[in-house]
Amino acid sequence: MFDGIIQNIFNALQWGSFYSLIALGYCLVYGVLLLINFAHGDVFMVGAYLAFFLATCLLGAGSLPHWLILALIVPLTMILTSLVGVAIERVAYRPLRRKGANKLYVVITALMCGLILEHANLAIFGASRRSFPTLVDQATINLAGLSVTNLKMAVIVVAFLVFILLELVISKTKIGMAMRAISYDRFAIPLMGIPPENIIVFTFALGSGLAGLAGLLFAMSYPVLDPYMGAMIGWKAFIAAVVGGIGEIRGALVGGFLLGFVEIMAVAFFPSTFRDLIAFTILLLILWKKPTGLFGVSRYQKI
Amino acid sequence: MKQFSIPAVLTVTLVTLVGISLGEGINLYWQDVIMFMGINIILSASLNLVNGYMGEFSCGHAGFMAVGAYVSSLVSVALFTQSSLFGAPILSSGWAVPLFPLCLLAGMAAAAISGLLVAIPSFKTRGDYLAIITIAASFIIKSAIENIKPIGGARGFMGMGQVTAAMSGTADLPWMMFWVFLGVVFTIWILRRFVSSTYGKGILAISQDEIAAEIMSVNTNKMKIVAFMLSSGLAGLAGGLFAHKLGYVNPGSFTILKSTECLVMVYLGGMGSLSGSVLSAVVYTLMLEILRFVIPWINDLLRWAQLIPTDYQVTQIWKWVLIPLLLVLLMQFRPEGIMGRHELADYFPWIKKFYRFR
Repeated sequence: MFDGIIQNIFNALQWGSFYSLIALGYCLVYGVLLLINFAHGDVFMVGAYLAFFLATCLLGAGSLPHWLILALIVPLTMILTSLVGVAIERVAYRPLRRKGANKLYVVITALMCGLILEHANLAIFGASRRSFPTLVDQATINLAGLSVTNLKMAVIVVAFLVFILLELVISKTKIGMAMRAISYDRFAIPLMGIPPENIIVFTFALGSGLAGLAGLLFAMSYPVLDPYMGAMIGWKAFIAAVVGGIGEIRGALVGGFLLGFVEIMAVAFFPSTFRDLIAFTILLLILWKKPTGLFGVSRYQKI
Repeated sequence: MKQFSIPAVLTVTLVTLVGISLGEGINLYWQDVIMFMGINIILSASLNLVNGYMGEFSCGHAGFMAVGAYVSSLVSVALFTQSSLFGAPILSSGWAVPLFPLCLLAGMAAAAISGLLVAIPSFKTRGDYLAIITIAASFIIKSAIENIKPIGGARGFMGMGQVTAAMSGTADLPWMMFWVFLGVVFTIWILRRFVSSTYGKGILAISQDEIAAEIMSVNTNKMKIVAFMLSSGLAGLAGGLFAHKLGYVNPGSFTILKSTECLVMVYLGGMGSLSGSVLSAVVYTLMLEILRFVIPWINDLLRWAQLIPTDYQVTQIWKWVLIPLLLVLLMQFRPEGIMGRHELADYFPWIKKFYRFR
């Protein structure tokens, strides 16, 4: 019984890590552009597929040791995925922003980009599910009497490391300061000599890179890929980001872990078909009580 | 003369549609397309009330549609057919035609009540936070339906085919075509009346600036409740028609993809333009069906030009790549949609001479 609870907690932490990593991407883009990047979930899917293709290529290329392949795949996946994210921004969002179109039209464009990624993948590579090659042998770590698989532990550790790194980037570096400045007052930014477009591109690259990392970790933990895997996780991560208070990266982390816990605990105590029902009801109640999310601050409005 | 032109045109259209469906002037496939067009018109026009006129971003329209579809199907199946869930029919099948609108109304009422799930949080929440509440609401509704075992759960609910059969037993007419047409006319009429009323002005004021509207003594909470309930109620009407047209419903039809389709139709037509949403629903439905024919041609063309590998087939899935692509392009060149914030009569003032629409 006790062991079951511990295992559930670790599962919740693992799922929470996936949600948090994706939610961080939503959050970064929202903080800078006030735009919900609905294509983000599908960027995560693209990340998983890129990791899959890289892994199969490298495994087929020769007798490279597995740790080297993994060490190559992580940065390559992140870079390629961030290129995808930046490309979407360049092709679809930037021209609309330049024209000063209503924000909702940009949101619709984002939704459409997500659909294009999903179905282009389905159309080109077919509906067959792909299984990700095993790069790391599953092993069980014993931590003071608790047993966890090494992958689960790695996912959780990576999520926290990424969060700490991101927090450092945003609070300590110059570009992080510029990102905070944009979300504070976007019209004063060019006057201060900061090129806003560069900051926006950097934000998209960062967010999509994180989605790529999440895709790789997800593909390693649950090695079955299908084109629709990003959609549902993406929507859920978005909800997690909003519950945490969108625009706040602490909020994205907490929201992601909260969603992970609620889902796993719902499955632990109720039939598994009730998972979405319970999770979303709890999130709806939280938003009802705190309309700006857990960490969000309501902004003053002038008339 | 002016006040009779619209009823006359509508009657002629209805008679023509029913006539050619009855006389097999068009085959069943195109009848289906026309009915889906009608359902899509109801969906896009009703979502336009919230997303266009009120300026909110509601992306859970499919959830309300699901409520309407299930409730109206349950009522009609219980009343008119022999089913395993409800047993013997309560009324004889002769009542099916006169009482069918009541079944649709029951669905509408249930959907409107479920709209409160979104309307009440909207008092305090706006913008992106409200968007998330609508998504969560639609997930909750879908997941709740999946978990109610007596109505079939995830497998879905059947038996509406017998209801339409009972209607055909009374008089051999294409009844669903008739009801869809009436539903569309009702939707457009009520929305037109609504947005040109004081309530409509209040909703436009909310979309401009909520706080200023409140200071100008607009009861924003009441406006929001009315707008959300009307919009979700009409979505329920569309759901009821959809369920009876298909003859079965399952929760899988009301996913986020359906909501996305509704959103696309609203923004394709233009926010806050009723004629725009009608036009965009027609265009969108036709586009879906035309691509069904065009894609095999593209396949043959590419095969002939030897641009694709021989073992690769351009399948119908490409439809879902091409449509979003077209929309992205449309957004780049005409971001305000087909009609912008205007009605058809604003572009062609001469047509105002021919009708008076209230």
